[in-house]
Amino acid sequence: MSAVSESNDQRPGIVLTEEQRRRRRARSIAIALSLAALVVLVYLVTIVKLGPGVLNRPM
Amino acid sequence: MSLATDSETSAPLRAQPSMAGVGDYIALMKPRVMSLVVFTAFVGYAVAPLHVHPVIGFAALLCIAIGAGAAGALNMWYDADIDARMRRTAGRPIPAGRVTPGEALAFGITLATFSVVLLGLLVNVIAAGLLAFTILFYVVIYTMWLKRSTPQNIVIGGAAGAFPPMIGWAAATGGLAVEPILLFLIIFFWTPPHFWALSLYSAEDYQRAGVPMLPVVSGERETRRQILVYTLILVPLGILPWLLGYAGLSYGIVAVATGAVMVAMALRVRREAPDAGHRASRKLFAFSILYLFLLFAALPVDKWVTG
Repeated sequence: MSAVSESNDQRPGIVLTEEQRRRRRARSIAIALSLAALVVLVYLVTIVKLGPGVLNRPM
Repeated sequence: MSLATDSETSAPLRAQPSMAGVGDYIALMKPRVMSLVVFTAFVGYAVAPLHVHPVIGFAALLCIAIGAGAAGALNMWYDADIDARMRRTAGRPIPAGRVTPGEALAFGITLATFSVVLLGLLVNVIAAGLLAFTILFYVVIYTMWLKRSTPQNIVIGGAAGAFPPMIGWAAATGGLAVEPILLFLIIFFWTPPHFWALSLYSAEDYQRAGVPMLPVVSGERETRRQILVYTLILVPLGILPWLLGYAGLSYGIVAVATGAVMVAMALRVRREAPDAGHRASRKLFAFSILYLFLLFAALPVDKWVTG
């Protein structure tokens, strides 16, 4: 690795404040919960719409 | 619309870490409007003659709620410049600087796409098509076009808020009928007196923001007259589901009694002196919300009572 790129790697870039870190974590948790809810919803609707037929498909 | 402030233009452009909290994204979805949309959609769903499985019904209402939230976020994205100039809206996430316009746009488009596609896949295509049309109508026809160009903005734009009962009905039945169109008309004719009552005592705000609301363009006197005219159309429409046999006597009593109060309040607004502090307008604005709530709550209750 060259000396130039080494010095670039050591630049701090954007350092999040504690508040920004906390808000990002809250946003990430909200997205995770929303995706989990979406999975559960699609699962439930599949069961309701297909019932036992969910297992009945041509192989 | 500028993404960079003057102080930033001299420095190299760099993405700033987002300061948006979860609550800001919830605020972007206009939760109070969303709750009214979900309520009226539920009524459209509940009074429909056919019913789907409760899980499908829940999925439909969730998609409608998310679609309404998407429309709210896209409205806030486009109207950030207006919101910043009005006292009532200056604290919203974009003008307050907590959410960037780009974040709101991405959020709105993502939610709109998800809600329409999910409604189509999980419930039916008619309901999904109506939801897509409603979002497009609110964002493109109302927000981008009518709001800044004509005092009839909330009259025509009010259609967007009137569609949810039709979407709820379509989710339950897979089609449409006269009854959900009546519900549409009730909300459609309710919107002008409701918003013009608000605009009477917020006219300065709208003027500062350059929004051509009726009191700004045609004056208070004409606004008060048109509030009464629309109320006189609205109240018979509210009674019509009972007269046409779609609802029973209990609904009819609620519609006649609350309708009489609406007319009385609109008359008081009409007669109110310009220097009276808009007391009658504030009362009409508050009661109009209760009126719509009672009218729509009475429909499923009446159906449940009459079996």
